[in-house]
Amino acid sequence: MDVKVKVDKLNLWYGTNQALHDISIDLYDNKITALIGASGCGKSTFLRSLNRMNDLVESAKIQGNVIVDGKNIYDKDIDVVSVRKRIGMVFQQPNPFPKSIYENVAYAPLKHGIVKKGSDCDELVESSLKSAGIWEEVKDKLQAPGTSLSGGQQQRLCIARTIAVKPDVILMDEPTSALDPISTEKIEALMLELKKSYTIVTVTHNMQQAARIADHTAFFHLGELVEYDETEKIFVNPKLKKTEDYITGRFG
Amino acid sequence: METKINKNNNFYIPQIEKRNKQSKRFRLYALSAVVLSLSFLAFFLIDIIKAGIPAFTQSSVKIEISIDEETANNPYGILERDMSRLVSRAWLRSFPKEIEAHPEWIGTTQTFWALLNAEADQYLKGTQSKLKENQKSKLDALLQEGLIERKFNATFFFTGDSKIPENAGFYAAIVGSVLTMLVTMSLAVPIGVMTAVYLEEFAPDNKLTQIIEININNLAAIPSILFGLLGLAIFINFFGVPRSSPLAGGMTLALMSLPIIIVSSKAALKSVPASIRQAGYALGLTKWQVTKDHVLPLAFPGVLTGSIIALAQAMGETAPLIIVGMIAFVPDPVTSLTSAATVMPAQIFTWSGMPERAYIEKTAAGIMVLLTVLISLNTIAVLLRKKFEVKW
Amino acid sequence: MINSSAKRRDLIESLIKSVLIFAAFISVLTTFGILFSIIFESVHFFQRESILDFLFGTEWNPDTAFLSGTARGAEDVASAQFGAVPIFAGTFYITFIAMAVAVPIGLFSAIYMSEYASTKVRNIIKPTLEVLAGIPTVVYGFFAAITVAPFLVDLFATFGMEASYRSALGAGVVMGIMIIPIISSLSDDVINSVPHNMRNGALALGMNKAETIKFVVLPSAMPGIIAAVLLGVSRALGETMIVVMAASLRPNLTMNPLEDMTTVTVKIVEALVGDQEFDSSLTLSAFALGLVLFVVTLIINIVSIVTIRRYHKKYKISNL
Repeated sequence: MDVKVKVDKLNLWYGTNQALHDISIDLYDNKITALIGASGCGKSTFLRSLNRMNDLVESAKIQGNVIVDGKNIYDKDIDVVSVRKRIGMVFQQPNPFPKSIYENVAYAPLKHGIVKKGSDCDELVESSLKSAGIWEEVKDKLQAPGTSLSGGQQQRLCIARTIAVKPDVILMDEPTSALDPISTEKIEALMLELKKSYTIVTVTHNMQQAARIADHTAFFHLGELVEYDETEKIFVNPKLKKTEDYITGRFG
Repeated sequence: METKINKNNNFYIPQIEKRNKQSKRFRLYALSAVVLSLSFLAFFLIDIIKAGIPAFTQSSVKIEISIDEETANNPYGILERDMSRLVSRAWLRSFPKEIEAHPEWIGTTQTFWALLNAEADQYLKGTQSKLKENQKSKLDALLQEGLIERKFNATFFFTGDSKIPENAGFYAAIVGSVLTMLVTMSLAVPIGVMTAVYLEEFAPDNKLTQIIEININNLAAIPSILFGLLGLAIFINFFGVPRSSPLAGGMTLALMSLPIIIVSSKAALKSVPASIRQAGYALGLTKWQVTKDHVLPLAFPGVLTGSIIALAQAMGETAPLIIVGMIAFVPDPVTSLTSAATVMPAQIFTWSGMPERAYIEKTAAGIMVLLTVLISLNTIAVLLRKKFEVKW
Repeated sequence: MINSSAKRRDLIESLIKSVLIFAAFISVLTTFGILFSIIFESVHFFQRESILDFLFGTEWNPDTAFLSGTARGAEDVASAQFGAVPIFAGTFYITFIAMAVAVPIGLFSAIYMSEYASTKVRNIIKPTLEVLAGIPTVVYGFFAAITVAPFLVDLFATFGMEASYRSALGAGVVMGIMIIPIISSLSDDVINSVPHNMRNGALALGMNKAETIKFVVLPSAMPGIIAAVLLGVSRALGETMIVVMAASLRPNLTMNPLEDMTTVTVKIVEALVGDQEFDSSLTLSAFALGLVLFVVTLIINIVSIVTIRRYHKKYKISNL
């Protein structure tokens, strides 16, 4: 197991309010890591600090290191844009751009210079949509607006456009919570497929989902990382009482 | 902000510098647009103020006049010729009245500050003047001797329009504006509020209501000059309302103000929570009783704010008033709703078309008065809104 | 006893309701009043003058209409001509100049306020810009005639070009300044209503701020921006005082912005402020021009509504 992302003593404040306390964690390549915990425990904040989305919050202040492939993404000589290209993110609410399905996928790779306009780009769009398991549904209407798709299709389109920029890590912030059970099943199957090529970190509220798909699970409470281990161990034999209480549904 | 980007790491994306530069340039465009529009505003205000300030003072010359019976009869003869060409005709014309009021002056010599005419005044203010060279040097000499003083121009605030520039004032226009606005508001506010009450509280949700709502929105987008055509064709030609009168102008502007008042009153009524109405109905009150006693008082601040904003807009409106003839030459403040009047923006328009240079500063000064009134009204509206802002 | 007081109460209630309905109808009556008064007088006008000549003729020479009744022989007098094309052209040209000023400045201002400025700065800039919208148009007219026109004449003189003191450029630029806040305020509102989630999606793909604005934010806000621009256009077409004071009376069919031009509203004012009898063709021509103005602004309103609806359908933007 290779460590892909090494987080070292990460602290984060919103104004004077400390949201993350000394988080240190190793995230592994080609694995799915689930972040669980009650609302407001800092798991989403933690996820967003892995691709510097917290930079957008004016009051946020960060301390500590997030080392990806041996390089701290908070180093001054790294551009935030390139961080987000390497570490993609899928959101809770599907958010396709108000553009065609094709443009949704193609725009970022073209900007990043991954492909040039033309057949290369067409191929990339096709392969990304195939990887996201949505190609068969949209191949005849690539020029239709992305917003015309159903919620579950939109979410897979968002995954496709994330894959298209060829990231190493994909962050997912409760990717199925806005979707129906059938769409959720498709996305879960997709995540299991994607972990063969990517490092996946997902936030979830759904214990069963974590148990079904995650290789490792991290339990957050009040901005602290309480327990982190292989999913099986966390669910079957948690070391701490608090973890057990949460998993068995006594709070949260 | 960022230090130099390190190319020797696996995060580097080709063209990143170029893209960042484009992003910065885009931000710069946006910033310069704001700076540009703000400097338009600043330049505009400074320009008007600079042009208008001189109008608030006018030059007078100190002269001694020995007064006898003859002076009262022929005021134009009291001064030497070269002096009388510099003193305002308006001042000379009013001189006999002065003497009438002070019979004890006859047979004595009195000292007066005589108002200079506009050409002399403009020369002393350093603008172009049509005066002859010898007149200019005479003025210079008088100035040297300390016989010329710039005094506060009370005329501007207390007289009406005049063909003698130094005697022209804004007072008749202010009175005309007040009367016209009285007509406008006493029509537009009740009709507007009643319309809003009907649409918000009584109207069933049907086609007819929708037509009224769409129509109100549409009315707000109709060019103001077309309201003038309506005023001319219907109020003046059909109903025989006197042309140029505050009544004709006020009625025309009332129709223009309606959409603003209706929309803001509707918003105010909507913001009153349903629980207030239900409480009223629970006491067995009728719809109108609930509206009148419970809903309208709570909506009052919103209605008031909307009305003030509508008032400010109507007060600055010119085009429809020109069409209904409110650009008449009005030397005396209007006393009835049916006689010819002018309003502040119309007076500004008339003065701006006068050939004499002295009217330019008057125009700018009139603009300053109008803008002061409008800005005060808007400020009051904002303060009222803040004061009564209730979060339900 | 109870019964009769209840009856009275119901009577009052329905009486009040009818008064309220009447008030609500006044706004409808106003629209129809405008429409009918304009159409009525326009029909008079078109009974005398050809509607085709009016809409497609390029010669506007109404003054000769007065001479026809005088002692001069009819054969000496050229008949009055009411070809309004140069007037329409001038109106659209000045509107075009105004929009060329107002759209970029207004839109970029809106982008700055909603995307770059802090809430505090935005709360200062926005009301300040709206002061521009509260200034009476007669004041803009004065500014255009006294300050902007001479400045432009001097400016172009240094390049060896001759600009008129009543050039389309001067009137158009000042009109554009007046329209900036219409565009900026409305666009700022719609840009602000674009969900944050949408922006985050683009940023998370490694797009920078400008790319996100151009690719995601502006397309989402487009229907609102188009509506704002159309509103600005209809304001510009119907604007009167600026052009009366800073544009010309002379119908002039030209593409040179430095020449003087006239507009529909100028001609309406010119025709109606004189002392000629109400029944003359010249006076009536004001109503025919007013009819065109009414129809065009009405069409723009409808187009704006339809555009918004179509974009709504396409992008399912719920908060517009």
